Amino acid sequence: MREAELEREEQRIIRELEKKKKEAEKKAKEATVEQATTQKKRRWDMETPVELKQTSEWSKADDESSVGKSRWDETPRASEDIGMDTPRKRSRWDVTPQVSAKKSRWDETPTHPVAQIGATPVGNLGLLTPTPGHLMPMTPEAQRWEKDLDARNRPLSDEELDAMFPSTGYKILDPPAGYVPIRTPARKLMATPTPMADGFVMLEEDRTQNYDLPAEIPGVGNLPFFKQEDMQHFGKLLEDKDESELSVEELKERKIMRLLLKIKNGTPPMRKTALRQITDKARDFGAGPLFNQILPLLMSQNLEDQERHLLVKVIDRILYKLDALVRPYVHKILVVIEPLLIDEDYFARCEGREIISNLSKAAGLPTMIATMRPDIDHVDEYVRNTTARAFSVVASAHGIPALLPFLKAVCKSKKSWQARHTGIKIVQQIAILMGCAVLPHLKNLVEAIAHGLEDEQQKVRTITALAIAALAEAAAPYGIESFDSVLKPLWTGIRKHRGKGLAAFLKAIGYIIPLMDAEYANYYTKEVMIILIREFQSPDEEMKKIVLKVVKQCAATDGVQPHYIKEEILPEFFKNFWVRRMALDRRNYRQVVETTVELAQKVGVTEIVGRIVEDLKDESEPYRKMVMETVEKVVSQLGAADIDTRLEEVLIDGILYAFQEQTVEDIVMLNGFGTVVNALGLRVKPYLQQITSTILWRLNNKSAKVRQQAADLISRIAVVMKTCGEEKLMGHLGVVLYEYLGEEYPEVLGSILGGLKSIVNVIGMSSMTPPIKDLLPRLTPILKNRHEKVQESCIDLVGRIADRGAEFVSAREWMRICFELLDMLKAHKKGIRRATVNTFGYIAKAIGPQDVLATLLNNLKVQERQNRVCTTVAIAIVAETCAPFTVLPALMNEYRVPELNVQNGVLKSLSFLFEYIGEMGKDYIYAVTPLLEDALMDRDLVHRQTACTTVKHMSLGVFGLGCEDALLHLLNYVWPNIFETSPHVINAVMEAIEGLRVALGPTTVLQYVLQGLFHPARKVREIYWKIYNNLYIGAQDALIPYYPRIEDDERNNYERYELSMWL
Amino acid sequence: MDRFNLNSQLEHLQSKYVGTGHADTNKFEWMVNQHRDSYASYIGHHSLISYFAVAQNESIARVKFEFVEKMLQPCGLPVPRDE
Repeated sequence: MREAELEREEQRIIRELEKKKKEAEKKAKEATVEQATTQKKRRWDMETPVELKQTSEWSKADDESSVGKSRWDETPRASEDIGMDTPRKRSRWDVTPQVSAKKSRWDETPTHPVAQIGATPVGNLGLLTPTPGHLMPMTPEAQRWEKDLDARNRPLSDEELDAMFPSTGYKILDPPAGYVPIRTPARKLMATPTPMADGFVMLEEDRTQNYDLPAEIPGVGNLPFFKQEDMQHFGKLLEDKDESELSVEELKERKIMRLLLKIKNGTPPMRKTALRQITDKARDFGAGPLFNQILPLLMSQNLEDQERHLLVKVIDRILYKLDALVRPYVHKILVVIEPLLIDEDYFARCEGREIISNLSKAAGLPTMIATMRPDIDHVDEYVRNTTARAFSVVASAHGIPALLPFLKAVCKSKKSWQARHTGIKIVQQIAILMGCAVLPHLKNLVEAIAHGLEDEQQKVRTITALAIAALAEAAAPYGIESFDSVLKPLWTGIRKHRGKGLAAFLKAIGYIIPLMDAEYANYYTKEVMIILIREFQSPDEEMKKIVLKVVKQCAATDGVQPHYIKEEILPEFFKNFWVRRMALDRRNYRQVVETTVELAQKVGVTEIVGRIVEDLKDESEPYRKMVMETVEKVVSQLGAADIDTRLEEVLIDGILYAFQEQTVEDIVMLNGFGTVVNALGLRVKPYLQQITSTILWRLNNKSAKVRQQAADLISRIAVVMKTCGEEKLMGHLGVVLYEYLGEEYPEVLGSILGGLKSIVNVIGMSSMTPPIKDLLPRLTPILKNRHEKVQESCIDLVGRIADRGAEFVSAREWMRICFELLDMLKAHKKGIRRATVNTFGYIAKAIGPQDVLATLLNNLKVQERQNRVCTTVAIAIVAETCAPFTVLPALMNEYRVPELNVQNGVLKSLSFLFEYIGEMGKDYIYAVTPLLEDALMDRDLVHRQTACTTVKHMSLGVFGLGCEDALLHLLNYVWPNIFETSPHVINAVMEAIEGLRVALGPTTVLQYVLQGLFHPARKVREIYWKIYNNLYIGAQDALIPYYPRIEDDERNNYERYELSMWL
Repeated sequence: MDRFNLNSQLEHLQSKYVGTGHADTNKFEWMVNQHRDSYASYIGHHSLISYFAVAQNESIARVKFEFVEKMLQPCGLPVPRDE
């Protein structure tokens, strides 16, 4: 059977190869055609005719499948390469999109606009004003990118071609006889936009990144970068002018400019000093000059997020300093900042809010209102919108009460409906921005806008309803009493209005109903449901979404009875929303699923699942997915206890169908399958055979995604299979997975390993098939795999085996694995490193610590820090699992190696060791004390730092176990280090003292501290007081009896006489 | 994390507690804190306060009250700071 399979596979490969070849031929043809078309456009052909020939040669290589040259194309190599693995390799090339991109770079001209118009737009290299305006790429990023691309794609020069080709066998052709260079200036301009009169010059040196930009700006120093766009703002700095001739104003301007440039483009330290300077001098510079430069900068479209953030920070700081001085510029600032409030980037919006908030604090509420008032009834809706948002920020800065009188006035404005609209919008934005903080003012806010529900302008009515919805959402679950005044207009409104207005009203009702108590909610739901059911049929997408949302909100309230939902809502709901069309739009889909799940909470699993289960076999795949997702959510929330035998059968059948029929492997299907099987538990036993055969079939599929999904499914259902007593089936699956360990796709391999792990976990080491002694040697080479998912699953599995079934494998194999594991300490993912370190512990436990320890100690010599740190952790874990006395002698011996890294590693291991073993440490303190003494006196800072950390862990571990003598001894070595200034060292020292404070009692430490509290040198006093404060915070009460006795003087009485009382 | 930051964090934490000191704390301030802490501690430990009460032949409540009163200016008038 295997042979037959092999043969089939071979056939398939050959077929595919042929197909590929044909494709390649076609491509090559296309390429030549394209070459031909581009040829006409080329202007430079005159000089480099060889190039043409050369390209066509390349494309010819396709059909000949010559090995050397076809490297960059996808044509398969010579036929002897066709082995089992070729097709996969090939298909992997197909999958990766980058490859095709690369290819297109080779055989086609670049795809961006300029390059398409003129084949070789090299002429603009190194020129300040490159392309003519209409060809300019929109963003400077694109410009830069394009420049870079041009530099790489420029035609080869004669010299380069000579160097590339062999001197014999090639001939330089003359240009075609009929060739005439184009003279029409317009067309010429299109092709080669170059102002250079003397024709084309190859600019060799311009291949570097910095084309025409200065590396250093006078007076600013070296910047990490200076972009083309910066020239626009900071160009003045480059002009070489004599500073003494400039006026004061100009000097100021230049000074500000330099500071801003440093802040925007500088290194962090530069930025810091510049920011401090600009803040300190803000009042000297004045608001005008500052904002005249900052605002245009902020307006420039090509500002990157980081730069914007920095400028926002500048504004923030100077606003504090300028305070009222900023008033004349409020409007100017707002014009620039307001658009940030509706930016699509979340952080931009946040920063916009921050500035406006600070601005309104600096300028004061009256100025803000006066400035923004004219914009409230601006003709442009955009302006009104941003103004409303800005006002909501002002309200949050000054508090709602301060703004309330103004808001009331605006919402009642007789002048124009726009003003009312904006006023109500402000309330909506306040609710969105401030959330539950609106609660104290809820009644006032609702009353301020309530009349808007009956406004004669439809837009005002709509926004009012939306504002009420926002308020109710912000106030939930409180504040229903504040909405009393609007209930009636809302409920009468839904009978009067249609379309958009109705949608807004429904939305408001949807948010208010959850605030009501059960009885009212029930009543009002019934009222609104008539309208809702009517609107189920609405073709309007927006209306659909709102209706669904309101149904969900109504169904969630207590007052609504299940039988009411069953009878009134469900039939219409399923008729209108459970249709294929709803699955196509992402947002509708989500909403339908959510609402259905909410309804299921009320009416139970069977009611819902029974209605949709047949649709698992629907012909539309997105619809099946929607059904599956709903079933998954419903079952995971409510369990499968309700599902009867009949439904269970149909459900499993449907799920199997849907799972097998998927064309796009989706996590939804996998989750659904897993959830249902797990929920059914023992009841799934009759179907397991069928499920397993599906999995086996799909494990053999040629699509990697299908295989991966099948393996993932195994790990999901392993537990249930065990519950159903299907060990034999699982054993079979285990063998099959084992056979697939040769899998080439890392994603799939990771899943297969995961599947194996779940099986091993469930059926145990001893009954595992294949036996562990066969399985593990197969895993060892996989540990070398560099793919994160593979690494993680593999180390998990290996660790599991080392933990539970180490005896099945020889010690030698485990040692081999140890060596492989060292490499895994380099992994980027923390989970992998942690699993690795733990595995060291398990292996050491299984085969004894000596060999493992030797390996680890050797690894302390490596250069990489992360690797060493992980090694120290592993040593500590080995020590913990195998008892410290097996490890400590070798470890302490290693400290004698005269190498910084090794010694530090040993100390760090000790530190982790004492942290892990806790009170077991009392037996080892005396053994390591001499070593710690030495380390605490070492010249190297890190020695002392790590030793201090060790002392900390040690002392905390042995608190109350009678090791005070050794600890006091160590305190004497720790203490001189209190004058260290390096942050990490001083931190470690302070922590060591804290630890000793716990173990020795605060009194001992107090005696040390008292020596320096009033030392004549401030530096000494500072650190002593710091230690005192720590002591004081940690053990305030315990210190009371031990404070020194201070005698009264002539002025004050310091004696604490109570303590001398004697009975 | 740079040096200033690290230290300032700890100092900020410490400054939240009333009884902590700094390099410019003088004897008087330190002693006032000690006295106040002491009285608070006596009041908190019932056995101590009953001991003091017996020693002074006073009721426990009075001793407690007096301790609370004394917390106001435990060491007398403040010493003027010399700058």
